[in-house]
Amino acid sequence: MSYTATVKHIYEDQIKSIRDAGLFKQERFIHSQQAADIEVEFPPGAPSKKVINMCANNYLGMSSHPEVLDAAMDGLKCRGYGMSSVRFICGTQDIHKILEDQITDFLGTEATILFPSCMDANAGVFEALLSKDDVMIADRLVHASIIDGMRLCAAENDSFKHGNMEHLEEKLRLHADKRLKMVITDGVFSMDGDTARLDQIVALCEKYGAMVFVDDSHASGFIGKTGRGTHEKYGVVGKIDVITTTFGKALGGASGGCVSGRKELVEICRQRARPYLFSNTIAPVVVAGVMRVLEILSQSTERRDKLERNTEYWRRGLTNAGFILKDGDTPIVPVMLFNAKLSQDVSRDLFSEGIYAVGFFFPVVPQGQARIRTQISAGHEIQHLDQALEAFIKVGKKYEILGKTKQEIIDRYGA
Amino acid sequence: MDEMKDVILKYVKNEYLEDEDQEIGYDTPLISGGIVDSFSMVSLKRFLENKYKISIPDDKATPEAFDSVTRIVVLVNQFVK
Repeated sequence: MSYTATVKHIYEDQIKSIRDAGLFKQERFIHSQQAADIEVEFPPGAPSKKVINMCANNYLGMSSHPEVLDAAMDGLKCRGYGMSSVRFICGTQDIHKILEDQITDFLGTEATILFPSCMDANAGVFEALLSKDDVMIADRLVHASIIDGMRLCAAENDSFKHGNMEHLEEKLRLHADKRLKMVITDGVFSMDGDTARLDQIVALCEKYGAMVFVDDSHASGFIGKTGRGTHEKYGVVGKIDVITTTFGKALGGASGGCVSGRKELVEICRQRARPYLFSNTIAPVVVAGVMRVLEILSQSTERRDKLERNTEYWRRGLTNAGFILKDGDTPIVPVMLFNAKLSQDVSRDLFSEGIYAVGFFFPVVPQGQARIRTQISAGHEIQHLDQALEAFIKVGKKYEILGKTKQEIIDRYGA
Repeated sequence: MDEMKDVILKYVKNEYLEDEDQEIGYDTPLISGGIVDSFSMVSLKRFLENKYKISIPDDKATPEAFDSVTRIVVLVNQFVK
C-alpha cells in the first residue's frame, strides 16, 4: 500500500489530537555534555541558553565523569565499536561477562544478564519466567515498561493499590491457588520519588510463597548506605528474586540494563528472553564505561553521600519557602502544583530564570496531581541549588502559591 | 439492577480509590477520569465474570464500556442469563 493522502491524513489527525490535548512532546536540544550546567536550545532555532539542569536522571553526576570517559575510550580502542551479532552467536565479549559478574557483586545477587536497555529487560523477563498457570501482582504505579512486559506475558495479571500492604495481602490470598506468584514493584517510584517497603513486601511474599520482582532503575548506585539499591535500604539484600535496573541513569547514564537475581531465573532469561535473543547487547564502549562507574562506586560512597546531603538541602529549602512537596527522601523531589496549566507555566518561567525543570500532568500522573518533578544530582553544588531555589521562589511568588494549601491552590487554579 | 449497581460501585471504591475521602457515583468517569487505568481494568473484568458467572469477550471489554458503573451494568446485563 502506498502512502496515500488518506493514510497521511490519519496520522496528521492523530498528531493534531495530541497537540489539541496539550500532550505534544517537544525535544529541547542540549549543546553540551550532560551535567548540572548545560546549554539548551529551546525553542528550536533559539540561541542556546545556559541553564541548571534539575530534571536529569544523572543522580551521581557520572554521565560526564572524566574517568568514565577515559574508560569508555579505552573500551572503544580495545574492543571496538560494535558487535554485529546477538550474544549467543558471536556477540559476547569477555567484558560483557565481566560486567555481569560485577553487577552481581554490586547488587548482592546470584547472577546477572545484560539487556540492551531496562525497557528491554522488563519487556522480556515476565514472558520468559511465567506462563498461563501463574500470576503477576503489580503495584499500580510501576513503570510503563513493566506494564508492557506484563502485557506480553500469558500469566494472569493483577495489581494492588500503591504501597498498600493490606491490599497486596488480599491479592496474595486471592491468587493462592496459582502455580507461581510474582509480586512486582519499582524500588523508587519515578513520579512520586517514594520507595517500596521491600521489607514488608518480602515478608508477605515469604508468607504466601511468592517471588519478588523489583525494578530499581531509580535507585541503583545511590539508595541504601552503600548505594546498592532499595533492597539495601530495607535490609533485604539477597531476598529479592529478580532485580531489573538500568545503566541509563545513575550508573553512567548511557544505555543498557540488566536482569539480576536467582541464577536459575537469569539462566531462563538467557535461554528465552526475546529482547536478549534477538537484539545486540550493549556496545563495548558503554560496557567499559559502566565497569568504571561500578569500580568508582565500590571504592567510596562519597558521591551517594553528597547526593543525600544535596537532597536534604533542596527539600528543606523548598519546604521552608512554602512549596508543597511529595513526602520522601529520594533525589526525586516533586513540587506539587495540582493544575496542569500551572505546571506548564511554572516550568516555562523557571526556564526563563535559567532553571530546567519539567512539568508533568495527567495522564503521566493522576488527574489533579500536576507537578514540577525536580531531580537532584551529586553533580550539583550548593550554589546550583541556591540559584535554583531563588528562581523557584521568584516564580512561586509570581503565581502566589507559596505557603498556600493544596485546596487554596486548587481553588485558585483548578485541579 | 440497583443491587448490581451498588455491588459494582462498592468494588470500584474498595479496589481502586487511593484517597478514602474521594466520592464517586454511578456515572463518575472511571477510565477517562483516571480512577481505573486501562491495565487495571483486567481485575475489574475478572471480578464481574466471577461475581455474575459470565464471560465478557475481550472485544466488548473496552475502556468505553467500563467508563462508569452505569455503563458496566449495561455491559454485564448483556451476558447475564
